[in-house]
Amino acid sequence: MSHAIQERPVSVAPRRDPLSHARLPRWTPAAIAAGSIAAGIGIGLGAGWHSKVQWGLIAALLFVLVTFAVTTKVEGRRQAKDRVATSLVWVCFVLAVIPLVSLAWVTISKGAQVLDLYFLTHSMNGVLDAEAGGGVYHALLGTIEQVGIATLIAAPIGLLTAVYLVEYAGGGRLAKAVTFFVDVMTGIPSIVAGLFILATWNLILGFGPSGFAGAMALAILMMPVVVRSTEEMLKLVPNELREASLALGIPKWRTILKVVLPTAIGGITTGVMLAVARITGETAPVLLLVFGTKLINPNPFEGAQSSLPLYVYEQYAVGTDAAVARAWAAALVLIAFVMILNMVARGIARWKAPKTGR
Amino acid sequence: MAKRIDVSGLSAYYGAHKAIDDISMTVEPRSVTAFIGPSGCGKSTFLRTLNRMHEVTPGGRVEGKVMLDDENLYGTNVDPVAVRRTVGMVFQRPNPFPTMSIFDNVAAGLRLNGKYKKSELSDIVERSLKGANLWNEVKDRLNKPGSGLSGGQQQRLCIARAIAVEPDVLLMDEPCSALDPISTLAIEDLIGELKERFTIVIVTHNMQQAARVSDRTAFFNLAAVGQPGKLIELDDTERIFSNPSVQATEDYISGRFG
Amino acid sequence: MATISPDIQRSRRAKSATRPGDRIFSGLSKGSGITLLVIMAAIAVFLTYRAALAISEDSTNFFTTFEWNPANTPPVFGIAVLAFGTLVSSVIAMVIAVPVAIGIALFISHYAPRKLAKPLAYVVDLLAAVPSIIYGLWGAIFLVPYLDGLNKWLDQFMGWTYIFDKSQDGVARNLFTVGILLAIMILPIITNVTREVFLQVPKMHEEAALALGATRWEVIRMSVLPFGRSGIISASMLGLGRALGETMAVAVVLSPSFVISGHLLDPGGGTFAQNIAAKFNEANEFGRDALIASGLVLFAITLLVNGAARWIIGRRKEYSGAAA
Repeated sequence: MSHAIQERPVSVAPRRDPLSHARLPRWTPAAIAAGSIAAGIGIGLGAGWHSKVQWGLIAALLFVLVTFAVTTKVEGRRQAKDRVATSLVWVCFVLAVIPLVSLAWVTISKGAQVLDLYFLTHSMNGVLDAEAGGGVYHALLGTIEQVGIATLIAAPIGLLTAVYLVEYAGGGRLAKAVTFFVDVMTGIPSIVAGLFILATWNLILGFGPSGFAGAMALAILMMPVVVRSTEEMLKLVPNELREASLALGIPKWRTILKVVLPTAIGGITTGVMLAVARITGETAPVLLLVFGTKLINPNPFEGAQSSLPLYVYEQYAVGTDAAVARAWAAALVLIAFVMILNMVARGIARWKAPKTGR
Repeated sequence: MAKRIDVSGLSAYYGAHKAIDDISMTVEPRSVTAFIGPSGCGKSTFLRTLNRMHEVTPGGRVEGKVMLDDENLYGTNVDPVAVRRTVGMVFQRPNPFPTMSIFDNVAAGLRLNGKYKKSELSDIVERSLKGANLWNEVKDRLNKPGSGLSGGQQQRLCIARAIAVEPDVLLMDEPCSALDPISTLAIEDLIGELKERFTIVIVTHNMQQAARVSDRTAFFNLAAVGQPGKLIELDDTERIFSNPSVQATEDYISGRFG
Repeated sequence: MATISPDIQRSRRAKSATRPGDRIFSGLSKGSGITLLVIMAAIAVFLTYRAALAISEDSTNFFTTFEWNPANTPPVFGIAVLAFGTLVSSVIAMVIAVPVAIGIALFISHYAPRKLAKPLAYVVDLLAAVPSIIYGLWGAIFLVPYLDGLNKWLDQFMGWTYIFDKSQDGVARNLFTVGILLAIMILPIITNVTREVFLQVPKMHEEAALALGATRWEVIRMSVLPFGRSGIISASMLGLGRALGETMAVAVVLSPSFVISGHLLDPGGGTFAQNIAAKFNEANEFGRDALIASGLVLFAITLLVNGAARWIIGRRKEYSGAAA
C-alpha cells in the first residue's frame, strides 16, 4: 500500500546537517569561564564597585554570552542553544552555591569565636546586653524540653494515624478526609499554628506563656510530617508479610505491631527525626507562646522559657557586638543540632532501607 | 538514501567491562540484517554503537570504526547528534512522547532540524504515518495523545517518527518483544516494505522472526558469562538457518542452548 | 504497593470485630485520625472566632486600610499593606528561585559528573533543613550590605522601570532584599522535589529524543521538562507556601513601615507573618486578636495556594505519561 506513496514525487525532503562539522575543543567552556571571571574581576576593580555581587553577575553574564557567540560561530545554532543551556545550568549551580556556602562558612566561623563549654553551660542571668559572656544553657534546655514534649504528642498521633490510613481505612470517606487535611496541615505556616494555640490556650483558657504552649504549636507542625513519612514507609512493607502472618492465625493488631511496624521501623525513625529537626528550628510559634527569658526555667509547664532559635532572634535584636556574637554562637549550636539529627536520620534510612526495586 | 554500513575492529565497553570484542561486518543497503544470539551476547550493545547511543550510558565507550558509506561515524569532528539523526532507532518498548499528540510525535524529529511550513509538516507527517501503515487508524485523531494508542500502534507510531526524518539506516532493538502476535505480524510486514527505502538492522530474540523478515543474519555468542560477546558468523539468512558453517550457530538455532 | 482486595478487607474486618485487642488498636488509630481532623477544624474555628471579635470592632475596612493601630479608640487596622508586601516578596522569591532551582535540579540529575551529583544532592537535602532564623541572621548581617551595590546599580540602569527606582536613601532592608533572601531559603526545597521528579523520567523517553538526533538540551525540553511539569508546579507551590508564611527571616531583614510603594528598593512595607512577630509583644489582648485576624487571612491564602497546586497536579495527570 505504501508503494503508491513512494512513487509520488517527494515534495518536501526533511532537512539534515552533515555528519561532521567544526567542533570546539573540550577545554572551551573552562576557558570561557576563566576568561569571564577574570573580566568580571577586572571590570569590577576598574569601575571601583566594592560589591562582589556585581562582579559575579558580570562574569556570569559574560560567560553565557561568549559561550553563545563562540558556539554559534563555530558549531551552529542548535549546538549553541545546547551549550548555552549547559552554561546556564552551571551558572545556576554556582549562583546557588555561593550564598549557601557563605551561609555555612559565616555561621561556623562567627559562631566558633564565642562558642565554648562556658557558653553551653551558662544562662544569661545577670549578663548585660553590651557585655560579653553569658551563655545558651537555658535556651538549649528549653528547646530540648519543648521539642521533646512536641514529639511525645505528635509522634504517637502521627504514627497511629498513618497506621489507620494504611492498615485499616481501606480508602473510606474518613480516610480521604484525613489524607486531604494532612496535606492541608503540611502547608500551615508556623506562625498560624502559633496563633491558634495563642487564641485557644492563652486567650480563651487564660494560661500564660510556657514551654508547653510552644510545644503544642510545634506538635501541630510535626504531625503531618510524621503521618506522611510513616505512611510512605508502611506502604513499602510487602503485603505478603501481612498475609503470611495473618495466615498463621495471628490477630491483625499483633501483626501490625510485631511484623509491619518492625519492618518499617528504620524509615519511620528517619521520618520522625527529620520532623524533629524541622520543628527544632521553628522560631515564630515559640516567639508567641514561650516568650523568652534570660533565666533557667526547667519547668516547661510554668512560666516563660527560652529556646535556641528564639535566643538567636533576641540577641540579634539587641544589636550590640557582644549580643550579635552570642547570636552567631547560638546559631551554630542550633545548626549543628539540626544537622546532626538530619545526618543520623539519613544514615538510619540508608542502613535500614527495605530492599525495593529502585 | 539507504547506505552501506561497514564495521571494522569494533569493541565496546561499560566502564572497565568489555561488552563486545573486535567485531567486523558489512551491512548491505536496502536489506534487512537480523542479529540473533543468547542473552548478554552484546547484540543490543553492538546495535547501539551503530548510532552512537552506546556512549550515552554512563561509562559507555567504543573503539573501532563504523563507516557509513565513506564517512566514519567515530571520526574526530563527527557530531553524535547528527549521526543519530541519520541513523534512526526503534526501541524494545514503544516510547512515544507521552505529552505530545500523535501529530507532534511524528513531527518531533523534523522540528529539531529546522523550520517547516505547516503544510510541509502535515505532508511529511501524513507520508510517514502512511509509510508506517498507521495512517488509516489515526487520521481522525492526530491531535490526541500518542499514549492512548494500543501497544502495536504505539510501536508503529515510533517507526513513523523515526522514518519522518528520512534516515539512511533504521535500527530496531527487539521491536516486537513487547507486542502481541497480531501486532508483531503487522510490524514484520512493515519491515518488509521499509527495506525498499532503508538499510534495516533488527535485533531479535525470536529466531522465527529473524527467518521471516531478514535477508542476512548475524549470530553473536559469548564464551562465558562476563566474557565479551563476539560475532560468530554473518551469512544469508537461508544459509544460517539451513546450513550454518559454525557448529555453535547450529546448536543455537536447533535449540540445543540459549 | 499494599492494595488489598475488598474481599479480603471485608473478611479481615469481620474477624477483627470479635477480638478486643483488635478493637482497641483499630479504635486508637482511627481516633488519632479523627484527632487530626478535630485539630484542623479547631484551628479554623478558633482563629475565625477570635478574628471576628477583632474585625467587628474595626472602625475601618479590614481589607483596604493602610494602617495598623488596634490600640486606638476606635481601633483602626487593615491588611492592605501586609497583603501587598507578602505578595510582592513572594513573587520576587518565586521569579528568582524557580528557574534557578530547575537549573540546579537539572545540574544534579543530568549535567553534573556522577561523582559530584550524589554528594551535592545530599548537601541540598541538608540545606533544606537549615532553620529560617539562621537564614535571617545571615541575610541581615551579610546579604544586606552585599546587596547595597546591586541596589544602586538597579537604580542606575533599571530606574526607568519605576519598580527599580530608588526614591529614598538607606540600606537595602527592602522588599527586594526580602524576596532574594526568601528565594535563597526556598531554593533547596524546590530543588529537592524537582530533582526527584527529573530522576524519575523513564530512560526510554530520553532515548526516544536522543535517537531522533536531539542535543542534550533538546532531550531535556522534549522529555524531561514535560514529564516533570506537574512536579515542578507542586514543588514551586510548596516553596511559595514557605515564602508566604516565612516569619523570622523577614522580621529580621525588613525595616517595616505601613506604606505601599511600588519602588521595591525603598525600605518599608511588611508581610503578614513579619507584622505578627513585630507587633506581638506590644499588643494587648485586642491587638492580639487583630493579629490573629491577619493570620487567618495568611492561613486562607496558603490554603488557596495548596489547593491550586493539588488541582493543577490532578488536572495534569492524564497527560503525565503514567499510562505509557
